[in-house]
Amino acid sequence: MAEYIKLIDLTKCTGCRACQVACKQWNELPAEKTGFSGSLQNPLDLSYDTWTLIRYDEFEEDGGTKWIMRHDACMHCDWPACVKACPSPGALVKTDTGAVVHDKRFCIGCKACVVACPFDIPRYSKKEEKIAKCTLCYDRITDGKPPACVNACPTGCLQFGPKEQMIEQAHKRADAVGGAVYPSNPKYETHVLYVIPTEIQLAQLQHVNPNPKMPTTILWWKNLFKPFTLLGIGGVAGLAALHYMIKGPHRVSEKEEGGEADG
Amino acid sequence: MDISRRSFLKLTGGTLAVAGIGVGVGVTPALAQPRKIRYASEVPTICPYCAVGCGIIAHVRDGKVINTEGDPNHPVNRGSLCSKGSALFQIPNNDKRLNAVLYRAPGSDHWEEKSWDWALDRIVRKIKDARDKGFQKRNSKGQIVNRVENIASLGGAGLDNEEVYSLVKFKRALGLVYIEHQARI
Amino acid sequence: MTNHWIDIAHADVIMIIGSNAAENHPISFKWVNEAREKRGAKLINVDPRFTRTSATADNYVRLRSGSDIAFIGGMINYALTNGRIQKDYVVNYTNAAFLVDPEFRGPTDLDGVFSGLSDSKYNKTTWKYQMDADGNPKKDPTLKDSNCVYQLMKKHYSRYDIKTVCEITGGDPKAYDEVYDLYTSTHKPEKSATIMYAMGATQHTYGSQNVRSYAVLQLLLGNIGVAGGGINALRGESNVQGSTDHAALFHILPGYLNTPKASQQTYEQYVKESTPVSNDPMSANWWGNYPKYSASLLKAFWRDADLETGYSYLGKIDNGKNYSTIPIIEQMAWGKIKGLFCWGQNPAVACPSSRLVRRALAKLDWLVAVDLWETETASFWQKEAGVDPSAINTEVFLLPAAASMEKEGSISNSGRWAQWRWKATDPPGDARDDLYIITELVYKLKGLYKKEGGAFPAPILDLNWDYAKMGMDGHVHHPNPREVAKEINGFFLKDKEINGKVYKAGQMVPSFAFLQDDGSTCSGNWLYCNSVSDTENKMMRRGTSDPSGQGFFHDWSWCWPVNRRIIYNRASVDMQGNPWAKDKPVIWWDGLSKKWLGDVPDGGWAPGSKYAFIMLPYGHARLFAPGMADGPFPEHYEPLESQVRNLLSKQQESPVIFRWDKAVQGQVCDPMLVEGAAACVFGSPDKDKFPIVCTTYRVTEHWQAGQMTRWLPWLGELVPDMFIELSEELAKEKGIKNGNKVRITSIRNLEGIVAYAMVTKRFRPFVVDGKKLHQIGMLWHFGYKGRVTGSIANDLTPLIGDANTMIPEYKAFLVDVNREEV
Repeated sequence: MAEYIKLIDLTKCTGCRACQVACKQWNELPAEKTGFSGSLQNPLDLSYDTWTLIRYDEFEEDGGTKWIMRHDACMHCDWPACVKACPSPGALVKTDTGAVVHDKRFCIGCKACVVACPFDIPRYSKKEEKIAKCTLCYDRITDGKPPACVNACPTGCLQFGPKEQMIEQAHKRADAVGGAVYPSNPKYETHVLYVIPTEIQLAQLQHVNPNPKMPTTILWWKNLFKPFTLLGIGGVAGLAALHYMIKGPHRVSEKEEGGEADG
Repeated sequence: MDISRRSFLKLTGGTLAVAGIGVGVGVTPALAQPRKIRYASEVPTICPYCAVGCGIIAHVRDGKVINTEGDPNHPVNRGSLCSKGSALFQIPNNDKRLNAVLYRAPGSDHWEEKSWDWALDRIVRKIKDARDKGFQKRNSKGQIVNRVENIASLGGAGLDNEEVYSLVKFKRALGLVYIEHQARI
Repeated sequence: MTNHWIDIAHADVIMIIGSNAAENHPISFKWVNEAREKRGAKLINVDPRFTRTSATADNYVRLRSGSDIAFIGGMINYALTNGRIQKDYVVNYTNAAFLVDPEFRGPTDLDGVFSGLSDSKYNKTTWKYQMDADGNPKKDPTLKDSNCVYQLMKKHYSRYDIKTVCEITGGDPKAYDEVYDLYTSTHKPEKSATIMYAMGATQHTYGSQNVRSYAVLQLLLGNIGVAGGGINALRGESNVQGSTDHAALFHILPGYLNTPKASQQTYEQYVKESTPVSNDPMSANWWGNYPKYSASLLKAFWRDADLETGYSYLGKIDNGKNYSTIPIIEQMAWGKIKGLFCWGQNPAVACPSSRLVRRALAKLDWLVAVDLWETETASFWQKEAGVDPSAINTEVFLLPAAASMEKEGSISNSGRWAQWRWKATDPPGDARDDLYIITELVYKLKGLYKKEGGAFPAPILDLNWDYAKMGMDGHVHHPNPREVAKEINGFFLKDKEINGKVYKAGQMVPSFAFLQDDGSTCSGNWLYCNSVSDTENKMMRRGTSDPSGQGFFHDWSWCWPVNRRIIYNRASVDMQGNPWAKDKPVIWWDGLSKKWLGDVPDGGWAPGSKYAFIMLPYGHARLFAPGMADGPFPEHYEPLESQVRNLLSKQQESPVIFRWDKAVQGQVCDPMLVEGAAACVFGSPDKDKFPIVCTTYRVTEHWQAGQMTRWLPWLGELVPDMFIELSEELAKEKGIKNGNKVRITSIRNLEGIVAYAMVTKRFRPFVVDGKKLHQIGMLWHFGYKGRVTGSIANDLTPLIGDANTMIPEYKAFLVDVNREEV
C-alpha cells in the first residue's frame, strides 16, 4: 500500500465546514452540545467526538482584515509520538498508508498519547475512558476512497494523494502563491501538509506547533519502560491490570461529553 | 483536487448507470467499498438545500439510508459538498421528523394525531366551504373574473418540479390568485 | 443563471456582489477557484460585510447597504468615459443605437426622476423608441444621435463619477478605481467577466434595478451569452428555479406566461395582448409563438375543454393589482383571507414583519401546513410563540411530508439543469409525498363537487389528473411523477403532420417548436418541452462526457430550454459566427455542414441572419428598458429607511414603491398594530432613535428559515445560537463585549429581539455625508422550534417591497442595539 498525504491549502479554505460535518457523518460521531462561542468556531476545540475542526482567526493587516480558516486534525506523523507512547498493542498503530489509526477496542485510556502528541490531537473521554482522534479515514483510503473530509471539500483546499505527488504539489502551490509549506522540518515528517499564505505567521494561528519535535520523554519511554512493562505483565489480564494501575477502579460517570445520542 | 477525486477513485460510473423511463437505478451492490457501506445499494439524489444542485449518493441497506456522501461523478460538485449537504444523512435519520398527521382544534393548546382520511376529508370540506362562499364571478367593474380571493397558497421551492407543477395546476383550477412562494421573499 | 456553475471556470474576472457565495453556495467556489488557478482569474467581492467570500477574494471593496446602483453606476461611467466597451457587440446586439422619443427626460433633467411621474406612478408614454415607416425602431449605428440610447445613457451616468459614488457608498476611491479598471478590462472581445449575485441585490426597494445595472454593465462589456460571462442569480432553494418556472407566483402561469387580467375577457384578447409583434424579418421574436404555449398549457390542465372554455376556468386578476406575499400578509391581517396553505414554507420566520405574520395567521379559519418538521408557522398558536392558545381559533392541519430522498422527481438547479432524484427510502411513519397529498385533495374535492355542486365546479370536475391508473373508486391514489413529467413536456392529443412527418396521438412533443396553437398538443410548461422523449426521461441522464471540453455536459440530466447550457449564446459570436473568445467558444458556425456546433444554439439560423436576443421583440438586449416600473435606467435612491439623504438628487427613495403606511392611513393600520408599534410604520422619521443600518443574512451552516437545519444535530452544533455581528467601534460606543446578549429594536418592534453579539474586525463603520454610520448584520435562520432556537430576525424588518417585484427590503433598514441587562 502506497503512502499518502493530505494536503491543506489554506489559500483556498472558505471555512464552510463541510469537512467537519463529513467527518462526523462518516465516523458516526454525535453532535456536541455547544453554545455561542464568540466566533464561528464551534465546538471550540477538538474532542473525543470532534476529530476535525475549522479554526477561525481574524486579525488586521495593513489596514485590511484577514480572516483565516484552518482545518485542524491529526497530522499523522511519520514517526508518531502517540504510537511510541502507547503501552497497549493495537490501540494506536501507524499503518503503511501513513495513517496513524486508533482502535478503541484496545485503548486502555492511559492518556500517554495525549501527553506525548506534539500537536495536541488525541482527546480523552472520561465517560468512555478512551481516546479518539482522526484516522485519516483508514477504512476509506484502503478501499480507494479519499478521506471523508477531502471528499467533501468543495474548494480544493483539502487534497489527498500519493506522498511524493502531494509533496511536489505543496511546494509548487506554495511557490505560486508565495507561501510556505508547513511543517517544514525535514527531520519531522507528517502525512498532513499545509500550504500557508505568505502574509500569515504561524504564531497568528491557534493551536499550531511551529516547530514540531518528538518529545524526549517519549524516547525514554519507548526505549526503556514500554517493552519492559508489557513483557512483564503480558496478556489481557496484564492489560486490565495496567488499566487499573493507571486509572483506578472503573466508575460509571455521569454524562459528560457524549453530546446528543441521535445522529 | 483532480488527483483526490478523479484518478484516485475506484468508484465507477457503472454502478450509477443511466436509466430510461420506467427503469429503476442504483440498486447495484457496490463491492469495492469500505465495510460500512459494502453491499449497500447506491441511489443518486440531488441535495435539497441551495440551488447549486449537487449530486449525492445515498447508500441504502435494508431500506435504510446508512450513509450519504457527495457523488464523485456529478459534473458540478465532483463529490464535494458543504456542511449542510454533508449533514443530509440526518434528514432521513431523525427522530424529530413528523411521522403522523397532526391536528390542532380551535382554541386548543395541543396537537392531536389524526388519520389521513379524517384530515383530508376535513381539509377539502374547509376548502369547498371557503371557495363556495368566496367565489367571485365578477369584479367590482363587472368583468368576469371567476376567482377565489379568500384562500391563499404559499410555498413550492422545496417541492419537486412534478409536484410544484401539480400544485399550481390544482390551485389555478380552484380559481386562486393568491399563489406565491419563496421566490418572492 | 444565464450561464451555469461549471462555466464560472471560464471567467477572467469574477465579481461577487449582493451574494456571499462562499457561504451560501459553497460549491460555486470549486469553479471560482478553478478559474483563478487555471486562468489566473481575479475575484472581486463587493459587500458591506467582510464575509467568508471576502476572506478569499483578490479585491474586496466595501459599500454600505443599499448603495449598489451607485457602485455599479460608477463602473458603467468608468467604462463609458474610458472607452471600455465592446463596441461591435454594443452596436449590433444591444439597443444602444435605438432612438428614443425626444420628449423622454431622465434624472439628470428632472432631479432624480424620469418623465411621466404622477401620483407615485410613471406614465410611460415618453419611454418609447422612435419608429420608422415599417414600425421598427429607428437606429443610429454611429451612436452619435443625442436621442440614441447610448448618448442618453452617457448623460445619465455622467453624474456617477468615482468621487460622488464614494460619497454615497462610503467606499474608498482608490480601491474603487482599481476594481473598475480590473473589471472593465474584460471589454476586450476575448475576455469575459461574470457577476454572481443573490438576495443582497434583490432584497431592496430597487432590487430589480440593482440587477438591471448588472445587465447594463455586462452588455456594455460584451459579457452576456459568452462563456465565463453572464449575470448569474445564485438561487437559494434547491428547486426555486423550478417552482418559478412552474409559476407558483400570482403573476405568471407555467413557462412565464401571463396570468390573465380582468380586462382580458376572451382567450383571443388574452393571446393578442400577450403576443409581441415585430415587423423586422431579422427579429426572431420568439414570444411570437405565445399562442402555441398558452393553448398547450390550457390543454394540459383541461384536456377536454376547448381553449375558450379552458381560459374561462382561469381566475383573472384585477389590472394593476398585486397579489404577492406582502399583500397576502396584509389581507390575512385584515381577515380577508380565511384559509392558507403552506407547502414547506415558513412565513412566521421568513416573511417581513414576521410578528405581524403570526398575528395574521391567527385571523385564519384554517391553516394547512405540509412539512417535514413542526415549523414556527404550523405552531404559531403555541405558548412558545408568546401567545395564548385559547384565544386563537384557527384550525391547523400539519401534514407530514416525505423528504427529497423518500420520493422521486426532478428539481431544477440555478443553471436550469432539471435533475432527477430517485427514491432511496420510505418516509417515516405516516409521512407522504406532496404529489400524493395534492392528488388526494384533488380527487376528494372532485368527489365533493360532484356530489354537492357548488360555485363554478367545472374547472375542478374537468381538471385532468390521470397520473396513474384509476382506482375502483374512480380516484387516482398513487400518482406517478414520471407521468406528470410527461404532461409537463407535453404530447400530441391527436395525430398531427408537421413538416411532412406524422406524430401520433400520445407521442411526446419533441420540442417546443412542435407545439400547436389549435389544441392538438398539450404541454404543462413549454420551457420543459424536450425534457421527456418517447424513449427517455432526459432528466435522468447521468452521462459524464464533455466532448467539446467546454463544460457543457449535455448528456448529464437536461437543461431548459432544449438543453441549451448558456442562454443568449448567439451573442457569443461575431456577426460572421466566429466566437469572440477562441479559447472558450460557446457555439461556432461550421461552414461545411451549415450548422452550429458546440452548445445548443439560440436558434439554428445562419450567422447574421437573425438578431442575437431572440426572446425580445426587437432582437436587441435592452440597455434602455421601458418595461421597468421605476425607470428605463437604474437610478440611485436610498433605502426606504435610511440615515442618509440622497446625495445624487432630491428624490430620497424610489418614487414608485407601494407605501403601505400611506395607502392604509389610519383605519387600515389598526389591525396591523402589533404590540404598540404598527408594522406598516417606517423608521426614517425617527432617525435618532434608530441610528444603525441593519441587514439580514445567512450562514453556510443553516438554511433559510431554519426548519431544514435547526433540527439537525450536526448543524445545530456548528451554529447553535442567534447572533448579530457588529464592529469593535460600535461595541465600544455601546459598551458591548463579544458574547454579550444584546437587544435589537426597530420602530416596528420597540420591545425588540435578543441575540448574542459577535464583535468583529470584519465589520467597520462607514463615513457617509460627513457622518459616521454604523452597520450591523443579523442571521434570519432562527425561531422557536428546533433543537437549536433563537430570536426571529424578521420581527424587525419592514413590510415594504421592490417597485417591480415586491421582494421585501430585508437588506437595509434601521435599528438600535443595546446591551441586554442581566
